[in-house]
Amino acid sequence: MKEIYFDHAATTPMDKEVAELVFKYTTEYFGNPSSMHNFGQRMRSAVENARKQVAYAIGAKSVGEIAFCSGGTEANNMAILGAARANKQKGNHIITTAVEHHSVLTTCKRLANEGFELTILPVDKYGTVSVQDVVNAVTDKTILVSIMHANNEIGSIMPIAEIGKALKKLSNKIIFHTDAVQSIGKLPVNVDDLNVDILTISAHKIYGPMGVGAMYLRQGTWWQPIMYGGGQERRRRPGTENAPGIIGFGKAIELAMERQKEYVERLTKLRDKLVKMVFDRIPDVILNGHPTNRLSGHVSLCIKYIESEALMLYLNMQGIALSSGSACTSVSPEPSHVLAAIGVSREDANSAIRITLGKDNTDEEVERFVEALADIVSKLRAMSPVAKGDCSSCACEKCV
Amino acid sequence: MYNETVMDHFSNPRNVGVIEDADAVGEVGSPSCGDTTKVFLKVKDGKIVDIKFQTLGCAAAIASSSMLTEMAKGKTLEEAMKITRDEVAESLGGLPEKKLHCSNLAADALRKAIENYYNKHKIDWV
Repeated sequence: MKEIYFDHAATTPMDKEVAELVFKYTTEYFGNPSSMHNFGQRMRSAVENARKQVAYAIGAKSVGEIAFCSGGTEANNMAILGAARANKQKGNHIITTAVEHHSVLTTCKRLANEGFELTILPVDKYGTVSVQDVVNAVTDKTILVSIMHANNEIGSIMPIAEIGKALKKLSNKIIFHTDAVQSIGKLPVNVDDLNVDILTISAHKIYGPMGVGAMYLRQGTWWQPIMYGGGQERRRRPGTENAPGIIGFGKAIELAMERQKEYVERLTKLRDKLVKMVFDRIPDVILNGHPTNRLSGHVSLCIKYIESEALMLYLNMQGIALSSGSACTSVSPEPSHVLAAIGVSREDANSAIRITLGKDNTDEEVERFVEALADIVSKLRAMSPVAKGDCSSCACEKCV
Repeated sequence: MYNETVMDHFSNPRNVGVIEDADAVGEVGSPSCGDTTKVFLKVKDGKIVDIKFQTLGCAAAIASSSMLTEMAKGKTLEEAMKITRDEVAESLGGLPEKKLHCSNLAADALRKAIENYYNKHKIDWV
C-alpha cells in the first residue's frame, strides 16, 4: 500500500536537487566556512551564494540583512528577544496575537516575566487580527509588534502589509516582526511590500533541509544578539554555520520561488476539491479558518463527536499521515490555543485534524483519503456515546 | 507511542455497541479532556453475562474500554466492582503516563453501571 503524506505544514520531503547539493557539500566538499584554506573558502562562497538566494527571494536590499540559524524557533527567539532587549530604553511594550506559534507566544511571555508589558490581541472567527485592533493597542511605549504571516494550525492569513503600513505611520520606534515560516513559498513574501523590519523563515517547510532557518533584519534596526561567541553571521548568530544546510536552504528557496505560482494554483484546486468531497460525504464537519483567504493546500477540520487522535491513528494504519490538531499540541493534553482563540469549543477542538497538501500530492490521493476518512468517521461515531443517531423516528436524548 | 496490546484493542475493540435492553448503564466524562465512556450491562444471577461500551476518546480510552469489557464479562457484580483503574492499564501492558487519565474512564463507567444496577434493585452496597 502506497503511503500518503498530508502533513506538509509539519515538514516536507527534501527536494532531490536540494538533497544532492547537501550531499555534495558534506562529502565532496567540506570545511569550516571560517577557515582560510581552500576547504573552508569553498564552503564560504557556497554559504554566501545561499545568502544571496535567500535575500533575493524575500526582496532584501542587502545580503547582510540575512542571518542564518537553526530554524524557525531560533529565528523567532532571535527576532523577539533581540529586538525587545535592544530597545528597552525606548519603551517596554510588546504586541502579539493569540494565535502565534509557540516559539513566538512563549518567547513574548518570557519577556513579560522580564518586565516587558505584553498585549496579546484576539482574532476573529477566521483567525485574523484586525489592523484597527493593532493600531488601538499601540502606546507611546510600544517597541515591538510580532504577528505571523500565516497560521500553522488553521492556514489563515494576516493582513501584514496593512499592519506594517499603519505602524510606520504611527511611530518610527516600533519594530515590526512577522513569522513567515508557513507562508514562504505559498504567498508572496517581500519584506518591503509587507512593511516589516524583521522576518523569519525555515528551510524544511519548503522542501529544504531540517535544522536551518533565517532571520531577515532590516538595515538600521536596533537589535542585539541572544547568543554570544564567535563572529559568525555578523555576530548575529555565533557558532559554526550549518553550511550544508544553509546551502540546501538557498537552493530550496530558489526552487520555491520558481515554482510558487504553479504549486499554489494546483494545491488550491486540490484543497478545494478535498474540502468539497469531505463536506459531501461526512455530516457535522466544520472548516476552521477562512474558506478562501487561507494557505493553498491547508485544510483544518473539526469532525464532531470523535476524538482526533483515534482518527489520526486509524488513518495512519491505512498509510495516511496527517496531524491531529497541531503537531505541537499533540504532545500535551491542552487543547489548541489557536482553535480556542477562534471560538471553537473544547469538544470540537478535540476533534480537529489538519491536512496539509504538498507538491507531490495527487487527485487520486485526495480521493483515497476521503474514502478512508468517511469509513473511519462512521466507525468512530458508531462507537461514540455522544454522536447523533441518524434514526429519524428515534426520540432518545442523542437524537432530539 | 502505544504498545501492541493497546494497538490491538484500539484497532479491533471488543464489545463495542449498545445493549438495547440493558439492565444497567453507567456513563462518565472526563473533565480534563472531554472524553466520554458509556458501559451497558446485562446481568443474570448476580453475574455480568453481557457488557458493551461506547467511547468518545483517544486510542488509550478506546483500548481501555475494550480491555475492561473483557475483564468484566462473566464476573459477579461484586468481583467486577473491584476492578481498579490501574488494573485496566496494567492488563494493557501499560500506557504512556500522560494517557493514564484516559484509561480511568473505563473502570469508572463500569463502577457507575454497577451502582446503577444496585440502585435499581435497591441492593445495599459498599
